[in-house]
Amino acid sequence: MPVRPTTPLLLATALVAAGTLTACGGDSGDDPDTVKVSFKQSTDNQVKVMDTYLADIKKQFEKANPGKKVKLVPIKAPDSEYYTKLQQMMRSPKTAPDLVYEDTFLINSDITSGYLKPLDPYLDKWEDWNQFIGTSKSAAKAADGKTYGVPDGTDTRGLWFSKGIFKKAGLPADWQPKSWDDILETARTIKKKVPGVTPLNVYTGKPAGEAATMQGMEMLLYGTGQDPMYDPKSKKWVTGSQGFKDSLKFVETVYKEKLGPDVTDALDPNFATRVRGELLPEDKLGINLDGSWLPQDWGKGAGHEWPEWSKKLGLAHMPTQNGEAPGKVSMSGGWTWAIPTKASNPDLAFKFIEQMQTKANAQKWYVANSGIAVRKDVAADPAYLKAQPGLKFFTDLVPSTHYRPAYPAYPKVSTAVQEAMEKVTTGDASVEDAASGYDDEVKAATDGEVVEK
Amino acid sequence: MTTAPPAGPGDIVKTAPGPSSSHPPSRRKLTGRALSRALPVSPAVILLLLFLAGPIGYCAYIAFTDLQLTGQAESSFVGFDNFRKAFGDEAFLNAVWLTLVFTVVSSLIGQNTIGLALASLMQRASKPVRTLTGAIVITAWVLPEVVAAFLLYAFFRREGTLNAVLDFLHLPSQNWMYTLPILAVSFANVWRGTAFSMLVYSAALNEIPKEITEAAEVDGAGGWRRMWHITLPMIRRSIGTNLMLNTLQTLSVFGLIWVMTRGGPGNRSQTLPLFMYEQAFQKSMIGYGTAVALLLLVVGSLFSLVYMRLLRTEV
Repeated sequence: MPVRPTTPLLLATALVAAGTLTACGGDSGDDPDTVKVSFKQSTDNQVKVMDTYLADIKKQFEKANPGKKVKLVPIKAPDSEYYTKLQQMMRSPKTAPDLVYEDTFLINSDITSGYLKPLDPYLDKWEDWNQFIGTSKSAAKAADGKTYGVPDGTDTRGLWFSKGIFKKAGLPADWQPKSWDDILETARTIKKKVPGVTPLNVYTGKPAGEAATMQGMEMLLYGTGQDPMYDPKSKKWVTGSQGFKDSLKFVETVYKEKLGPDVTDALDPNFATRVRGELLPEDKLGINLDGSWLPQDWGKGAGHEWPEWSKKLGLAHMPTQNGEAPGKVSMSGGWTWAIPTKASNPDLAFKFIEQMQTKANAQKWYVANSGIAVRKDVAADPAYLKAQPGLKFFTDLVPSTHYRPAYPAYPKVSTAVQEAMEKVTTGDASVEDAASGYDDEVKAATDGEVVEK
Repeated sequence: MTTAPPAGPGDIVKTAPGPSSSHPPSRRKLTGRALSRALPVSPAVILLLLFLAGPIGYCAYIAFTDLQLTGQAESSFVGFDNFRKAFGDEAFLNAVWLTLVFTVVSSLIGQNTIGLALASLMQRASKPVRTLTGAIVITAWVLPEVVAAFLLYAFFRREGTLNAVLDFLHLPSQNWMYTLPILAVSFANVWRGTAFSMLVYSAALNEIPKEITEAAEVDGAGGWRRMWHITLPMIRRSIGTNLMLNTLQTLSVFGLIWVMTRGGPGNRSQTLPLFMYEQAFQKSMIGYGTAVALLLLVVGSLFSLVYMRLLRTEV
């Protein structure tokens, strides 16, 4: 008769086995002396702008605070997937970083979800906060009047154009369109006289994500009149506006007349990377409606070195639809540093923000990522404006810039914009149908909080 | 549910009772014995409950809430709203249709038939040919999904290999992922998944006794007739198993399509898994996305039921 283990012993063994296998340890790495910083790593392996900068701040911080450690948690993903990953991390205290890098268009949505901590108690005691420009302070201010993030710069948008292609087409080197029609006419000229290049790029469709909404649609839409997207008086989203249809019409024209990139390229999720790394440097794109940050990829050691870009490219501001006052349009967004509600070391995290946002460090960052300064002292510093060609042009757009109506429903409205753009780009729907599709989507996304214009 | 077929692997085989004794063992002793017999499997059961049943149950619960990833302070129970929304949603119906197209074209027709054809051709081929073909086909299968997807993206894109070949032959070229996206991704899935069917069928064909095929040959049955009357009936069960596995794998293909087209252009290659991802993670509607996931599960089980029925004939 073999000895049979008794039932209790077996039970105990089973439980121990299950326990070890599931590894239900309580170790979530919450060391009170370590601050975990998550940030978005570029999907272009050659671009290491943010990694380099944060490594430098980490060194400074650890030196200034002996015994404290910084753990950098990079998230390598395209924008839309980065947000998703971050939101999932912030849902649990086990995975929440102490400091997160939040895009301003999403911040209100995340505040509503209760993911982020109000920073007012810290900001009240932080002297440098007074150096921040008013509009930038409100970028991360929620409906409850509290501030949830510290901006690390902003951006503006305009038209980049290739002087080489313009010369071949017999167009002026100091080109400045006065209306949408000017832009289209110029693109037609390029198409006629310089075959083999893309005359004009306007980001479009779901694969481009927020770039399509902001660099594409909103740069057009905000040139058609007051508050074209969201009506602050009635606190409702705007539907059925003529401006929206006109903007869609513009996008449709670009792709229908083949003034833009081939539709299949435009709807390739990696197209934005190609524009910066390939089309512009190789003189294959006439006009590009894009953001102020492009040169961050072209600097020394940034990945795609192109020191002569400032001689090869011209800059023009985006005109309003028919040249109505003020004549210029720009959109501004930007990113902020925020602290999750479930962070385990919020105090240390804010200390890290302070370290990042000293005048010297902030200036270093603005220059490294071609950002527009949001600190008054840096903006006034001649060394900053001289640090990179183009910074002055894009900084001068700040007075005529617009901010997105980044309310909690914005991300969904933005997706609806991309869908409408994609429909007219592929020719799957007319402008009218695409616009009414947008109206339906917005109604659904905002529980009917809309106003007809 | 259908009635269970006789003793499958999942059935608990009852231990044969010993020689019938005059006094049956007492109830207490029995439960004690049953308990101690169940013990060795309990760690596995606990793990399954924790990591499989738990999340599945949680998913089922979420599908009935309006949980969002962002932009909402609290979620609440909404009953069947998500499901109602799905059936009124054109994009969802489009995804269901594309999923069916993708599954039928790439798994039922593509992988299955080509797999069987390759397997039967390899039966007759010389050893070097067999090794080489096998190696090539299996390579496509063992490649990580993302790598395979990028290869096919490079093959189909406008400046890709396929168009280069067509240009060389002076045939019209086009961007396949834009003009025929669902067929392009279906083809990609065939290319990638055929190896599995080929392996299953090779094994099945090897099981057919040589005498039977030889006898048929002597009787004058040609190749096709032998295939139809002897081979196919004899490997019927492998066909069923293979169809089932293939279909379930194909229904849940995500990475391949995501890398190649992201479900675009528009939503012309957006199958259910991609639709689910878009709703849950890009539009942050976790509740709705999960409901769609449950519906995908239903589609999968319908297919499975059909195959099970087909398999049950004359066992």
